[in-house]
Amino acid sequence: MKDRIKELKEKFSAQLGTVYDQKSLEELRLAFLSKKGHVSALMSELAKLPGDQKKEAGALINSFKQEISAHFDEKMEQIRKAEEERLINSAESYDESLPEERARGSYHPITLVQRELEDIFGSMGFDVEDYSEIVDDYHCFEALNIPPYHPARDMQDTYYLSTPNQLLKSHTSAAQNSIMHKYGPLLKEKGRPIRAVFPGRCFRNEDIDACHENTFFQMEGIMIDKNISISNLIYFMKTMLSEVFERDVTVRLRPGFFPFVEPGFELDIQCLICGGKGCSSCKDSGWLELCPCGMIHPNVLKYGGINSEEDPYEYTGFAFGLGLTRLAMMKYGVKDIRTFNEGDLNALSQFVSK
Amino acid sequence: MFVSMNWIRDFVDLEGEDIEKLIQRFTLSTAEVEGIQYKGSDIKEVVAGKIISCEDHPDSDHLHVLKVDAGDGIYDVVCGAPNARCGITTAFAKTGGSVGGMKIKSAKLRGVVSNGMCCSTKELGISDDHEGIMELDDDIACGTDIKTIFPIDDVIFEVDNKSLTNRPDLWGHYGIAREFAALTGHPLKELPVMENPYDGDAKVNVTIANKDLCFRYTSIRIENITKHVSPMQMQIRLYYCGSRAINLLADITNYIMLELGQPMHAFDGHFIDSIVVDTPKENINFTTLDGNSHEITPDTLMIYNNDTAVAIAGIMGGLDSEITADTDTLVLESANFDGVCVRKSASRLGLRTDASARYEKTLDPEMTLTAVKRFLKLLYDADPGIKCASEVTDVYVKHYPTITIPINKAFVDRYTGIDISADRIEATLSSLGFDVKRSGDEMNVTVPSYRATKDISMQADLVEEITRIYGYDNFEIKTTFEPLLPARKTARKINENNIKDALVRRFCLHEVHSRIWCDPDDLRDLGLSPEDNVRLLGSSEESETGILRTSLMQCLLPFVYKNRSFDDSFGIFEIGRCVRNTKADGTADERRNLGVLLYSKEESEKSLYMTAVDIINTVFSENKHLRVEYKKTQPEHAWQHPKNTTEFYAEGKMAGTLNTLHPAILKKIAKNCAIVCIEMDMDVFDAIGSCDLEFNEPSRFPAVDYDLSLVVPEGVRFDDMEQCWDRKDNPELSKVKVIDIYDSEDTKSITIRFSFVLDDRTLTGEEVQKRIDVILNKLEQKNVRLRS
Repeated sequence: MKDRIKELKEKFSAQLGTVYDQKSLEELRLAFLSKKGHVSALMSELAKLPGDQKKEAGALINSFKQEISAHFDEKMEQIRKAEEERLINSAESYDESLPEERARGSYHPITLVQRELEDIFGSMGFDVEDYSEIVDDYHCFEALNIPPYHPARDMQDTYYLSTPNQLLKSHTSAAQNSIMHKYGPLLKEKGRPIRAVFPGRCFRNEDIDACHENTFFQMEGIMIDKNISISNLIYFMKTMLSEVFERDVTVRLRPGFFPFVEPGFELDIQCLICGGKGCSSCKDSGWLELCPCGMIHPNVLKYGGINSEEDPYEYTGFAFGLGLTRLAMMKYGVKDIRTFNEGDLNALSQFVSK
Repeated sequence: MFVSMNWIRDFVDLEGEDIEKLIQRFTLSTAEVEGIQYKGSDIKEVVAGKIISCEDHPDSDHLHVLKVDAGDGIYDVVCGAPNARCGITTAFAKTGGSVGGMKIKSAKLRGVVSNGMCCSTKELGISDDHEGIMELDDDIACGTDIKTIFPIDDVIFEVDNKSLTNRPDLWGHYGIAREFAALTGHPLKELPVMENPYDGDAKVNVTIANKDLCFRYTSIRIENITKHVSPMQMQIRLYYCGSRAINLLADITNYIMLELGQPMHAFDGHFIDSIVVDTPKENINFTTLDGNSHEITPDTLMIYNNDTAVAIAGIMGGLDSEITADTDTLVLESANFDGVCVRKSASRLGLRTDASARYEKTLDPEMTLTAVKRFLKLLYDADPGIKCASEVTDVYVKHYPTITIPINKAFVDRYTGIDISADRIEATLSSLGFDVKRSGDEMNVTVPSYRATKDISMQADLVEEITRIYGYDNFEIKTTFEPLLPARKTARKINENNIKDALVRRFCLHEVHSRIWCDPDDLRDLGLSPEDNVRLLGSSEESETGILRTSLMQCLLPFVYKNRSFDDSFGIFEIGRCVRNTKADGTADERRNLGVLLYSKEESEKSLYMTAVDIINTVFSENKHLRVEYKKTQPEHAWQHPKNTTEFYAEGKMAGTLNTLHPAILKKIAKNCAIVCIEMDMDVFDAIGSCDLEFNEPSRFPAVDYDLSLVVPEGVRFDDMEQCWDRKDNPELSKVKVIDIYDSEDTKSITIRFSFVLDDRTLTGEEVQKRIDVILNKLEQKNVRLRS
């Protein structure tokens, strides 16, 4: 029996040496360890041995079985590792620098700027309102204290429609009156201050070129409460603009005349490019004229149902306007204003998102 | 408008002030300054020099060789001026000096050395006259610095006219000087004037026939005028302020306009007998002094001599009555006209003048008399021999009311949010010419006439006066204290944002904006024309901004056409307004629509169409948790395909249409392309209620799938088949999914996977088969059968 085992051992070692893959290893395993394999054959021979040799031979077979099992496992692990290594080595190293551009959508730049501002104002407690593009003479002019003979009401500047008393709104201020009437009752009954912004598309009769458009976006805002002051207005504008430009901006106010505010201001910010030293962007002045603003004119508050004839200063408030189209031009460095409305996808598809 | 600091200094003492800082404060407190020029800064080493000899240049037919006595020596100078001659004193720039940015150096001119240059007024920058060199008074000593003879050094700043629209008082130097007085705290000097010395009873005949449009007309007749050239100082100021010297009388009227803002007109006295201010009864022709002929309509205010028109009121005088260089008698007009009438007339005639620009700002009628007295003073100073030949005739038919406004410190504090003392309020208003009656913190403020024509009428206006002089830079800034209340986004805003996000991020579309009009040219390229709709008043058929669009497609289809080389496949969308004609009350029916256009040269029309269906389904399921129903309909617009135009509904409301393109239009855009359009009314979409999200606890037992391959006869739609497996009858049917669609020429087949699931166990094969048999039975009634 000893000799048989020795013989088988040598045979196994010789055969294992020629095995390099899982399949032949499995064949070898079956040849030795299956029911019909060599080890089983040894076991059946064991039964024929006399009783006193059985124990010793049994131990020998068992140790032989364990020995070759261990060899199998070891060999199996070697082959698995080799196979894994082969897979890794044969794998392709990919080139991510290849130009791979699947279709990607884009937002209109005005949408991007508008959303950013709406988020800022929303975080400061402002309602975001929308308004029609076709308005009547009352809302666009009269309710804003713009007298009947004012040049802004000329047909050369404003698009009047063939329908009775209607026009394309020439400024977002046209929404002021409606918003005051909408939120006024909440202010007076619940003490909820009016804080609203209203972005919108405006129209003015202009010949179109790189710097002029007949269709553009503004965003207007108002804040009305019992004791709103000029001091609050300056604080708010500075805070809001610092948020818009994501840095601490320096602002200055100059007198500016608009019939719907009193006092009215032109607000300048210190040039963000040169920091106020003077450069081509600010025409060497160090300042950029950015947004008109002011304390809402007492007549406008009266027409908006906020104050009575008897107490024209019961509530006070401020209003401001931002040129969304202009902000978008500043933010993205768009030089030709026509880019916004002429639908050229070579330009617009670049505004992938934020 | 240009402002001369020399002129300002006539009225306010600015000794020791930093002029540049002061101008900066003017920007922050009054009106925007657009630029500053330092006149005379480029003039150096220019002195009075006497030409003591003048000979022809040996090598030139127009140059002279001069000897010039410049006080410190005699210089040889080559000069080409035609008026160069022996004996005159001229402006002489010495070598080492500079003129108009040019350094003066010794140089050879055609072989002769020239040491210095004789200058014209243009070269000194004080006029545009380049006819010859300056001729100075003989008694000026040689070597005198030219800047001590003439006020060449000056600081000129330009104010943005737009920022003066509401300030009629700032259209002259005197009003601007008042601002500087208030800003510095120095007093404003009185304007030097002269009373009329005439003591007879002759008058200028003045009749204001139209009392609505002419508020005041002040006049005087002056004779024996002998001087015709205005003083150099006046000429320089006029030139620095953008005007130019013409003759003494014209110059004084212009000077006063720049000084007081009051336009004046001088008629040649020989042509004027009796002045009438009125509008013409019918159209007339009139030639203005610039030689142009105009058609004057009856809504234009005119000045007549008896019944002959002599001037367009507030705009320009006539050619026939114009003063000339040798006028010896004049009739002066200093008047106040209705601003709107002047503006409209000037705009109608295309004749916007310095005078009309001022009148349209609503000038103070109190100024007309002061202006006449100022005219007398300036004319007398220049020509003491004049004779006033009439009383100052003053017809004043329309006064503005005097405005008095009560105000107190508490109001100012509340409106400003800061603490400004009553003393300071009083001092500021007084320095600006307001009359302040004060008792403690209470004040009664009377508005000066030059601010009362439209500018200031209420307390808020006074606050502006106080704060702008106080300086906004000096404000302490404060936040507000208000109750904290939620400000949620409106459904309208949320829907709009969500839809844009889905279209951009999921469907990779590009958002565009287009204008609200249909461009007839753009539409013509596609074989389309604008549809009848609301239009702009006075627009023509062919105008780009004439007819409003009825559908966003009228703009988006041309966009696709223009972008067809952008890519083989792309999609665009816009949320924008269009107008669906008029409402019952005759006003425009403005709609806010979503328009989506898909274009492809790679995909089939069918596949593109199904993408569009997916877009619609996504929009409704993500925002409303609703299913969409589709109904084929007849096309409404020329670009819609007769067979594939479909309305889509949710909750029974028609939200929009989906269509492929009419083949006639499609082929105009590109060969072998497919285009699909969606247009949805956003207001209808917003109004559709949304279902609450319904959560179903998933079963812990696996679903049993069962695939059916079906042959579908022509004309049977998926929603017809869907009726065969109503979810209500089959609660355990958890999912129905289309696995495959196969179309061949004669058959249409579809493979559908049904998944069944129970909460407490797995369904057996027999149970599933039973349910499938029911479905198959129902399908059979619609002639849908299992594929063999």
